[in-house]
Amino acid sequence: MSSDARDAVGDYKAGWHDPEQATVRFDAGLSEQVVRDISELKGEPEWMTDIRVKAYHHFMARPMPTWGSTELLNSIDFDKICYFLRSGDGTKGEWDEVPEDIKNTFDRLGIPDAEKKWLGGVTAQYESETIYHSIREDLESQGVIFLDMDAGLREYPEIVKKYFCSIIPYQDNKFSALNTAVWSGGSFLYVPKGVHVELPVQAYFRINSENMGQFERTLIVAEEGSSVSYIEGCSAPTYSTDSLHSAVVELIAMPGASIRYTTIQNWSNNVYNLVTKRAVAHENSTIEWVDANVGSKLTMKYPAIILKGEGAHGEVISVAYSGEGMHQDAGAKVHHLASNTTSKILSKSISKDGGRGSYRGMVTVSKKADNCKVNVVCDALILDEKSRSDTYPTMEIKNSSCRCEHEASVSKVSDDQIFYLMSRGHSEDEALALIVNGFFEPFVRELPMEYAVELNKLMALEMEGSIG
Amino acid sequence: MSDKGVVEIHNLHVSIGDEPILNGINLTMKKGEIHALMGRNGSGKSTLAKVLMGHPEYEVTDGTVTLDGKDLLALKPWERARLGVFLSFQYPQSVPGLQVGNFLRKSVAVIRGENAPGARDFRKELKDCMELLSVDKKFLGRYVNDGFSGGEKKRLEILQLMLLKPRLAILDETDSGLDIDALHTVATGINSSVGDSACLIITHYQRILEHVKPTYVHVIVDGRIASSGGPELALKLEDKGYEWLEQGASA
Repeated sequence: MSSDARDAVGDYKAGWHDPEQATVRFDAGLSEQVVRDISELKGEPEWMTDIRVKAYHHFMARPMPTWGSTELLNSIDFDKICYFLRSGDGTKGEWDEVPEDIKNTFDRLGIPDAEKKWLGGVTAQYESETIYHSIREDLESQGVIFLDMDAGLREYPEIVKKYFCSIIPYQDNKFSALNTAVWSGGSFLYVPKGVHVELPVQAYFRINSENMGQFERTLIVAEEGSSVSYIEGCSAPTYSTDSLHSAVVELIAMPGASIRYTTIQNWSNNVYNLVTKRAVAHENSTIEWVDANVGSKLTMKYPAIILKGEGAHGEVISVAYSGEGMHQDAGAKVHHLASNTTSKILSKSISKDGGRGSYRGMVTVSKKADNCKVNVVCDALILDEKSRSDTYPTMEIKNSSCRCEHEASVSKVSDDQIFYLMSRGHSEDEALALIVNGFFEPFVRELPMEYAVELNKLMALEMEGSIG
Repeated sequence: MSDKGVVEIHNLHVSIGDEPILNGINLTMKKGEIHALMGRNGSGKSTLAKVLMGHPEYEVTDGTVTLDGKDLLALKPWERARLGVFLSFQYPQSVPGLQVGNFLRKSVAVIRGENAPGARDFRKELKDCMELLSVDKKFLGRYVNDGFSGGEKKRLEILQLMLLKPRLAILDETDSGLDIDALHTVATGINSSVGDSACLIITHYQRILEHVKPTYVHVIVDGRIASSGGPELALKLEDKGYEWLEQGASA
């Protein structure tokens, strides 16, 4: 840790005396001391410090995965990453109180505007910590808790302790261990029994600095018969050096509850995006992961659902776009542990300009799970000869009463298709954007209107200047 | 160029790879005229249609094509479309996920430009055209040509013709694969919209010409127009076939 940061930790215990200047940046690199310093800086309970330290040692001991893009994974320089960076002086409840530069960033991303129009609650994370937070009063009065994870731990330690690492133990994989060791920020969302949160709540994650590591931690608990839709967006500036984003997201849907978790990932192509997302669905509950991966250097992410209770339903709907210098290794996992559970996986990927898209999926049906239904559809669209698409589907069905459907297709955009659209007055780029947006349409249909428009715009930008 | 000429094709030579396909096409088409182009498979009819639209696969080795005095061959396909060239495809391509209604609105906006109708006028125009073509409203929510029958594809092509209001309308075998009723409907659509265009109908059969009366009929043999005449020429072809022309062409 730098001397400034050391001072800041010292100051933290005594309270900040100069909030205007209070920026904490840890020196690059990871050690047990860094992990302990993060925990101390946040004033965490001992159990959390302990689990962080255990996770750190697990991370150090655990070898890198030997699948996915091993070449890119092995090129991550963990010593160059900054593991904690605080900007501003804590979480604000009004945009006007957020430091000017940071507010401008979120203004440009359209976050305050979206909040006014159609969101039930918002958090905005900048580097390691949340700088803005709000929730509609009517939700608060119904007992809905929507906080950043640090505040969640401070204010509701008993709920956090009960569920933290309960779905994704730190030993799950190397990056869940890393996240557990150095996590900061993320969302804590708790919906009481029977409460339906009508408007979606949103978290936005922004990496701003070079060589930054962002390790947010999100926990969503939907009590019996409740429902909620959570949306996250993310972006970062482009640098010539790499940043690392490694989140852990745990969802718990109690009986009859419903959680929809939507991600629009648009990291710049110097960001490694290595995320573990997993949900547990109890009786007759529903989990939906709606996942768009449009950016990053390497994404490895396979939102998972454990269908634990009878009659539970899970869906993973995802799109991935891999452009130049990008590899999206994404997919889904569903485990049917109980009878009469149903799942649907829809994966659509596009690769272009040498980009590489991989679908990696796993569906298991356990021996005692009767009458399950599984539906998997993977479509890939390849836009040029340089680009690549692979599919790695795995199915382990141990119960013969399961009805299982699997379709996969790989297609290329044909010159005749482009010519047809050009003959209707659309330039080559516009024609390609029409085809690509059409390919994504079954996914976009699932998004709230504002996000659908945003994603279409994003794809039109990606298609600009892509032919000829 | 005559001052009334809309489209002037002069000495057009076209190859694909090293193989010449069109060997000196000359054709002048004026506003309000319907020209039927007939000929055997492989004679170069569809090539002419694609070349006029600007298909990148074909190379123009000689000759000129102008629309209202402007050099068409220098333009990209979408620039030609915006200038007023329309091709009704023999095999229209499907675009899964692109809804017909959305596609039509976008195409009308780029092609008719500042003359494009506002939202309400467009809806009315669309409704009228769809009624005339006996097309159900559900059509608009379907994906462009995706899972369409042959007849539905051709109806969508003619619906576009009606909405895009081209200066030059090229209809490439629009009649193929249509039953009598569908042919009649499609012909009604064509007749309603070609008054302000020059229209080039490419066909194998006399049948469509009973519904869409041609001003001129041309027969293409080995990439050249071997004979031109009035509607009676189409009847003669129906009766006698192409052989008498081919003998003339090779003599």
